[in-house]
Amino acid sequence: MSLNEYRGVWVFAEQNDGRLRRVSLELLGKGRELADRLRVDLVAILLGEDAGKLCTELIDYGADKVLWADDPELRCYRTDTYTKIIASQIMEHKPEILLVGATYVGRDLAPRIARRLGTGLSADCTSLDIDEETRLLQQTCPAFGGNLMVTILTPKERPQMATVQPGVMQPLQKSTRKGEIISIPADIEHKDMRVSRLRVIEETRRGIGLEQAERIVSGGMGIGSVENFKMLGKLAELLGAEVGATRNAVEAGWASSDRMIGQTGKTVRPTLYIACGISGAIQHIVGMKDSELTIAISKDPKAPIFQIADYGIVADLHQLIPLLIQELLRYKGAR
Amino acid sequence: MNIIVCLKQVPGTNDVRLDPETGSLIREGVPSIINPEDRNALEKALLLREEHGGNVVVISMGPPQAEVALRDALAIGADEAILLCDKAFAGADTLATSFTLGSAIKKLGHFDLVLCGTKTLDGNTGQVGPQLAELLDLPQITYARRVEIQGEILKAERVFEEGYELMETRLPALVTVTREINEPRIPSIDQIMQSYREKEVKTWGAAYLGLYEHSVGLDGSATKMSKIYKPEFGKGKVEFIEGSMEDMAQGLLAKLKERNLI
Ligand SMILES: Cc1cc2nc3c(=O)[nH]c(=O)nc-3n(C[C@H](O)[C@H](O)[C@H](O)COP(=O)(O)OP(=O)(O)OC[C@H]3O[C@@H](n4cnc5c(N)ncnc54)[C@H](O)[C@@H]3O)c2cc1C
Ligand SMILES: Nc1ncnc2c1ncn2[C@@H]1O[C@H](COP(=O)(O)O)[C@@H](O)[C@H]1O
Repeated sequence: MSLNEYRGVWVFAEQNDGRLRRVSLELLGKGRELADRLRVDLVAILLGEDAGKLCTELIDYGADKVLWADDPELRCYRTDTYTKIIASQIMEHKPEILLVGATYVGRDLAPRIARRLGTGLSADCTSLDIDEETRLLQQTCPAFGGNLMVTILTPKERPQMATVQPGVMQPLQKSTRKGEIISIPADIEHKDMRVSRLRVIEETRRGIGLEQAERIVSGGMGIGSVENFKMLGKLAELLGAEVGATRNAVEAGWASSDRMIGQTGKTVRPTLYIACGISGAIQHIVGMKDSELTIAISKDPKAPIFQIADYGIVADLHQLIPLLIQELLRYKGAR
Repeated sequence: MNIIVCLKQVPGTNDVRLDPETGSLIREGVPSIINPEDRNALEKALLLREEHGGNVVVISMGPPQAEVALRDALAIGADEAILLCDKAFAGADTLATSFTLGSAIKKLGHFDLVLCGTKTLDGNTGQVGPQLAELLDLPQITYARRVEIQGEILKAERVFEEGYELMETRLPALVTVTREINEPRIPSIDQIMQSYREKEVKTWGAAYLGLYEHSVGLDGSATKMSKIYKPEFGKGKVEFIEGSMEDMAQGLLAKLKERNLI
């Protein structure tokens, strides 16, 4: 393989139900930086029907070019069709980097593409850097439950592929930019339709996704019961925050699994994170360490959560939370 | 129904340490377990066999000690166990792992279903399943929390951000399962003893599979580890808000007001 033939940074633009996933915009933000440093184009590849508006949006968020396959069969993600189209575009245009969001679709798709192309793929990266000299992408991801960080390189194969955790990169400011929209063939055959989606069983999930939340009030085992978790919800509501939870609290049945923060759950970076009755295990920390302001409340003054907190309170939550709610209500009432 | 389960032995804890001098991993004294989701995959295979008849083969690539994991699998009812073990297989990334597993599965011949876990505790990539499906040219369903088979048709509920989707495909296929799918059975001491007495773990190496050393293990890997380090999180500048319960509650609100958060 002649590595010099490979140029350009590509981002898989994931749409779901006609809307772009936020992680794709985050990847464009990072991709823009990488492309500028490598002095190449940033290309988004989008599959979906009637997605002209999304193409413009991708350009507004930093793409120089959008490759778009427009076909009714591409409305819904399908492993076989998506792999085929993207892999064949890569073989034709030879980008040096392909970034994919570590979503349920991305994790299904990226390994299949990497295997077809015989290239390397790192999973769940939390940071990406480039060596302009060697043009090698430094792909850093947590290993062993976040106890260690590993930096991975793909020295001899191209493209260098990485899936990236949602919520860790920053999108650019949206602004009107110039870019090119190029239509690519869908070329779907019957044999690419081996798996079909019969229906979606949508869960009624209240609130917005945690990844997007600006404020999170999060509870762990120290909360003690479902009832108390509801009280935590009340506190969150008063603060305009979403409710998060540790894995143990989810496993105890106090919160639904889409509320889980950490290695197994979500990565969040809100402006305000209030950790209530959370000890601060490394697997939890990796999911919330980038919060701007962290406030920790635990009755154990030695809890590791205090090591990463800005403010700490050593107290019994069963007493403190009702008081906080009461004080907040009074404060709001007085205004 | 012939079912193949891919099962990996992993360290039972994530409490790994780095040797301060060499920077290499210290893994001694860490007990090994079967990757939790792989136990769910095996459980599903056994349940499907109970329902439809057939044969369950477990296959694992790993060091000689990984035989223990396969013995457990035999003890709870797997029909056959194969350990892919060779010095040449060491240091494999997911590309090389899937290649080795895929070569072995091709050698096994006919099968209807390949089951994997979604992710391993140590590798944690979730890539081996889809990469195997690609190599074997199979339809794949990942993140399955329910699987049912009727005749040639497999139906599975797949987890995604907004909930679940009901997927359907035709056998043969590859499915990766989540821990939600079932509660795996645990072997009794008697069953484990019996598996040592009566059952066999076959060991296949690179030569037996007809694989060249440069396509497996470290040499067959496309990714290389360039750095491994302990993450630094500590801000280490926590300010404790102290006093009576009321003082603390009011102190906290004062901090939020200061920052215009309320
Ligand atoms: C492979 C793997 C993946 C994992 N993934 C995740 C993950 O994604 N997310 C995650 O969160 N965890 C994860 N974990 C689990 C993690 O290791 C911890 O066990 C977990 O985060 C601890 O949850 P906790 O803080 O709620 O509970 P605990 O560790 O039990 O902490 C409870 C805290 O509450 C305090 N407390 C108790 N009662 C009160 C009270 N009345 N008032 C005030 N404080 C009180 C205690 O002093 C303690 O500090 C994972 C583990 C493994 C092995
Ligand atoms: N060395 C291995 N031997 C057997 N199966 C494996 C091996 N590595 C991964 N797998 C399978 O692939 C799944 C995903 O692994 P990973 O990509 O490492 O997260 C696991 O749950 C196993 O079913």
